Amino acid sequence: MEPINILTSTAVPLPLPNIDTDQIIPKQFLKRIERTGYGEFLFFDWRYDLDTPDHVEERKDFVLNKPEYKGAQILIAERNFGCGSSREHAAWAINQYGFRAVIAPTFADIFFSNAGKNGIVLARLTEEEVQILLDRCTKNPKHKITINLEKQTVTDELGFNAHFDIDPFRKYCLLNGLDDIGLTLRHAESLDKFEEKHNKDFWSAPKAATA
Amino acid sequence: MSTTPKTLFEKVWQQHVVVEPEGEPTILYIDLHLVHEVTSPQAFDGLRLAGRKLRRPDRTIATVDHNVPTTSAYDRLHIIDQVSAAQVNALRKNCAEFGVEFFDVQDSSQGIVHMIGPELGATKPGMTIVCGDSHTSTHGAFGALAFGIGTSEVEHVMATQTLPQSNPKTFRITVDGELPFGVTAKDIILDIIGKIGTDGATGHVIEYAGSAIRSLSMEGRMTICNMSIEAGARAGMIAPDEITFAYLMGRRFSPQGKAWDEAVAHWRTLPTDEGAVFDRELHIDAATLAPAVTWGTSPGMHATIDGTVPSLEDAKTEADRKSFARAYEYMGLKPGTPIEEIGIDTVFLGSCTNGRIEDLRAAAAVVKGHHIATKIRAMVVPGSQAVKRQAEEEGLDEIFKSAGFEWREPGCSMCLGMNPDILQPGERCASTSNRNFEGRQGRGGRTHLVSPEMAAAAAITGHFTDIRKWKQTEGAKR
Repeated sequence: MEPINILTSTAVPLPLPNIDTDQIIPKQFLKRIERTGYGEFLFFDWRYDLDTPDHVEERKDFVLNKPEYKGAQILIAERNFGCGSSREHAAWAINQYGFRAVIAPTFADIFFSNAGKNGIVLARLTEEEVQILLDRCTKNPKHKITINLEKQTVTDELGFNAHFDIDPFRKYCLLNGLDDIGLTLRHAESLDKFEEKHNKDFWSAPKAATA
Repeated sequence: MSTTPKTLFEKVWQQHVVVEPEGEPTILYIDLHLVHEVTSPQAFDGLRLAGRKLRRPDRTIATVDHNVPTTSAYDRLHIIDQVSAAQVNALRKNCAEFGVEFFDVQDSSQGIVHMIGPELGATKPGMTIVCGDSHTSTHGAFGALAFGIGTSEVEHVMATQTLPQSNPKTFRITVDGELPFGVTAKDIILDIIGKIGTDGATGHVIEYAGSAIRSLSMEGRMTICNMSIEAGARAGMIAPDEITFAYLMGRRFSPQGKAWDEAVAHWRTLPTDEGAVFDRELHIDAATLAPAVTWGTSPGMHATIDGTVPSLEDAKTEADRKSFARAYEYMGLKPGTPIEEIGIDTVFLGSCTNGRIEDLRAAAAVVKGHHIATKIRAMVVPGSQAVKRQAEEEGLDEIFKSAGFEWREPGCSMCLGMNPDILQPGERCASTSNRNFEGRQGRGGRTHLVSPEMAAAAAITGHFTDIRKWKQTEGAKR
């Protein structure tokens, strides 16, 4: 996982609430067994017109297809971003498309967790703050936003300055690009001890031995 | 001894705390890891790349459900879609390599992962259960703490049998009173989602309580817990009771003899103590509920069968107004349209929400002696091999088939259309599944979520039909 701290970039506005992971990455791309190559399928059904004969055409009116938004590393959306299916493919697609951060008032729990494991910063701002940024990035696609993870701030050159909360441990992992399994295995001794005791809690065994 | 009253959730959580490192999330032990073909291949690869072992194969159970065709046993063994076939094969190979018990396509215990856990008796009260699938919340119906995870977490559980977890908040939803005629578990949960919103329970574990919940069978309880995720909840739970124990007794992985008695004694300690405090509470009067039909592209966008598609003025926020406007267009519906006047093309009966034997019995009771309307495509996809067998023993398959329904092999099927069972653009479906998102059942497909009884009635009439009136007419006829 790539460490991240300060990110300054243009941003793609997606002014909709409840953007679910089925929209972020539709089902047909979940059949793949690889962990990479999902970026080109991000928001597939919104991004491409599949009704054109013989070929797939970009929908010119969809924000990701507008040339002025190319290269943006920040996505801005409304509340409950990433709801629905647990598919981590959604986080992979966002990351592999080139986004390093998403700004929204709230995120769904499983997406929130998946994003953290892929080095994506999720900045929760108030509805009002998000509206200001959506507005500015819609009016001016070249508008740049800075996310400072260390300071937990989102700022821009027009004086926008908002603070976001983040769990200190999650922040530490993002800043240092740390992988979770290694972190948990620091507690291997506690785990072994717990497991030895818990193995005797026969009610916890999925496959009960017959008495 | 501490006498602080505890909730069901707190008891289960505390019994699984491995360590609570200062300033870090709790490391929570996982009793059962359910695995399916879609969210596991990258995790198995991760283990291999890091040279790690699967820590507890005995706590891991796998099956194939998302990709499998439902048309015939032959089609399931010879999947035409090569990408799907490769994914199914990857799971076969991975389970063999890592020593995981695997219920393959034609195994008598195969089925949707959330069906087979309970059917096998692998899902039990007081356990922690995870799966790379958001509908893992289903297992909470047994008083287990069960939640969906992403693939990185799948790998984490494989390697360590634990997950780092921040402590969720608790939310008790009490549904008291007697359920009116024709109102099902599905209608309860759709009503809850409508009331609190699709992010209404984000960060919370819900406990469903009250006399209306207690009166439900395990099947009904699973339907409710299943859709907890549709309200944004981390998990949904229901305290175990005699109905739970009766369901589990004698199942393949249930304890037996003295171990059974000891297990029941433990399970009886789990229900929330009198006086335990929840972070949030909601009370619902069961008598106020009616059969629900979703009209939009989010499970919270629902009306009752005697209602209409809401207008923009009914939207509570500016964001809702935008969503409503978008949903009218996608769904091809005008505000103010009576729900009963919405005609359908397709009926899908199945999924981890409503693919259980009780669901099929309820739908068959409506269908019996009728035929589906002209031009309707209707299919029944049992949630598991066990459900299919049971239904066939009871002759339900014949009732459905003679009414014009297709009788399929078990799997996730049209709930998410990863296999060939999909809607065509513009096709309108009465579905017993859990998500009505844009494109969920096929690009451009229009999904209306309903109970099995309501889906069955719609198949017969060709449009949404008030099951309360239907049942009365039917009763009068007899």
